[in-house]
Amino acid sequence: MSMKTSTRQVDGVTIVDCSGRITLGEGSVILRDAVRELLSKGQKKILLNLGEVTYIDSSGIGELVSAFTTVRNQGGELKLLNLTKKVHDLLQITKLYTVFDVRDDEASAVKAFN
Amino acid sequence: MTELRVSYTLDSTLETVDSAEQTASRIAAESGFDEDVVMQISMAVREAAVNAVLHGNAYDPEKKVKLEFERTGSDLVITIRDQGKGLDLAKIPDPLAPENLLKTSGRGIFLIRSFMDEVQIVPSQTGTAIKLVKHVHGSSGNVKEASQ
Repeated sequence: MSMKTSTRQVDGVTIVDCSGRITLGEGSVILRDAVRELLSKGQKKILLNLGEVTYIDSSGIGELVSAFTTVRNQGGELKLLNLTKKVHDLLQITKLYTVFDVRDDEASAVKAFN
Repeated sequence: MTELRVSYTLDSTLETVDSAEQTASRIAAESGFDEDVVMQISMAVREAAVNAVLHGNAYDPEKKVKLEFERTGSDLVITIRDQGKGLDLAKIPDPLAPENLLKTSGRGIFLIRSFMDEVQIVPSQTGTAIKLVKHVHGSSGNVKEASQ
């Protein structure tokens, strides 16, 4: 299953619902383009919902890091929502779990944006 | 457990990466590993294939990636060989070092080592071979050989 994204707005926060695989190639590019497009429109409060992401490789992890730093460098915030066990475990062993602001409840995640 | 030896010679493309991952997943599942371990093995093979295609062979259409699976009574052994200039192990950074945490690449070898029981990386001037071992339990049986 290839990577797909759709966006919605909740109280000034852009929620990006991601599904499929974030891997080297198309999956990583789709995520990168989605974040860049939001930033170009001035939408800098971004909540990545990874609940339907079935697989992520090191390239996908790198893309999450890139999205995080790109948004932060432009004065925005990027948080992660609804990690699957696989993604959660990957972020744990790569020590990135504490780098990202990871949430498991959408409403509280939205409220957590400044 | 039925013993198995199978090898594939693959082009230096992204399709090879997906194919290697899928083949590893199938063979690992057939070897009786549980779902989580199958995912670990397939991801390790994917990362090794990425290294071979991108960093080893640099997408060169003249260079191939050789993928070998050997299942014995006690181990699943997977070897991925490329025809690149040879990986410089000294140049692989520690992705867990604070200064590297926010780098966007450099986690492949780390993930491979995290997921497999044994990892041997043998670089040479004619390419890099990476051998991945996962220990299994079971009895040996017939040996199948195949090549593509």
